[in-house]
Amino acid sequence: MTPLAKLLEAALFASARPVPTEELRGLDPESSPAAIQAALEELREHYDVDGHGVELIEIGGGWQILTRAEYTEAIERAQLASRPHRLSAAALESLAIIAYRQPIGRLEVEEIRGVNVGSVLKSLHERGLIDVVGRAEGLGRPLLYGTTPLFLEHFGLRHLEELPRADELAVALRVQSPAVVAEQAPMDEPVAAVAASSGNG
Amino acid sequence: MSDAVAPYTPPADGPPPSFIVELSAFSGPLDLLLALIREEQVDIYDIPIARIAQQFVARIRTLGLNEAAEYLEMAARLLRIKAQLLLPRNEEEQWDDPRAELVRRLLEYQQMREIVDVLEKRGEERRNQFSRAWLPSQPVPPQAPLALSLSELLASVDRILRVTRQPGVHDVVARALDVPGAITIIRAVLELRERLRLTDLLNNGSEPWQVLSTVLGLLEMAKLGELRVNQPKPFADVEISRDTASEAA
Repeated sequence: MTPLAKLLEAALFASARPVPTEELRGLDPESSPAAIQAALEELREHYDVDGHGVELIEIGGGWQILTRAEYTEAIERAQLASRPHRLSAAALESLAIIAYRQPIGRLEVEEIRGVNVGSVLKSLHERGLIDVVGRAEGLGRPLLYGTTPLFLEHFGLRHLEELPRADELAVALRVQSPAVVAEQAPMDEPVAAVAASSGNG
Repeated sequence: MSDAVAPYTPPADGPPPSFIVELSAFSGPLDLLLALIREEQVDIYDIPIARIAQQFVARIRTLGLNEAAEYLEMAARLLRIKAQLLLPRNEEEQWDDPRAELVRRLLEYQQMREIVDVLEKRGEERRNQFSRAWLPSQPVPPQAPLALSLSELLASVDRILRVTRQPGVHDVVARALDVPGAITIIRAVLELRERLRLTDLLNNGSEPWQVLSTVLGLLEMAKLGELRVNQPKPFADVEISRDTASEAA
């Protein structure tokens, strides 16, 4: 490995959070952005080709060294580390709305979900997944929420644009007559997916 | 409308309900409504409101009222739409489907559920990888321990003392008070008069140090028991009298 790649490896190892590229540049002001990028690629390849137990991931607006998924169970069984709790269906729904509509107020989230979301937003805020990003102009100047870098990290996203665009989402339930729907015994794609998730939630 | 709020009983001739629903399995009234629409295999753009409303009310009956408030609101909405559909329409006028708003909300909700599926999948993938020890409550790295010897510290202090300019000091010399002198004067006056006022001892031309000396002298003599000091009310003139009791003693 080149000295720069080793330096980046040490820095990423020392940091508990993903490190943005600009911050990595501060390690060696003489290296160009292109050189940093090349060194990151070199480090990633080094982990992939030589077969390491960790890998380099671009996540949450930065870079992070993560263990490979195949060792998770063994690590958890030995109680060396434990996986974070899954979010509830209510929390996921509220997060999904905030991610797409931010900045957004509590009332708008409630309107889309059809339920009260006060306590859900509070716990999401406490977990650092959302933050207050401003206040609306309207009556009472309600708080507006947006997602945080921790949100990206939690869902393994590099940036918000990695989520499917609204127009890429399948258009809801299909516009078909009941008879046609009835013919297709196992409902496929979005409908089936929702059925599965609502069963879990 | 009474049929809609009647307790739900599975139709005797039809098949028994295909699945029993736990309401806690739904994240809201829209979720339940979507499930019913799928279950009944009806077109979301042409919802048979009467049938769906009946099913909906039947399902929420299993819940306590408080918990079901949001579901009850949706039930009321369904019944209102049903009532609107029953009204006769004028063929010539443009007719707004009362279900349109509900359909829009259902589609919006459905779209959001698709995003939830994406998030769930991505979140599950991320959960299967560990990062270095997670320290959420410690965003700021702890400060490095101070590496400094005593001689270095003293040298720094010395350097700073030499570099900084001597601050311009203005000495304020207190005018010495003459308490014994004031006591001598007060004693002399008390020899002549048994009682007097503070204003008798001072005049408008008295310097502050004279006033202070006199007051302190009075207090000192009062402490020694040579005189009594009395002020009937705030800001009133102070009355001074020989302390006859202590003199007698």
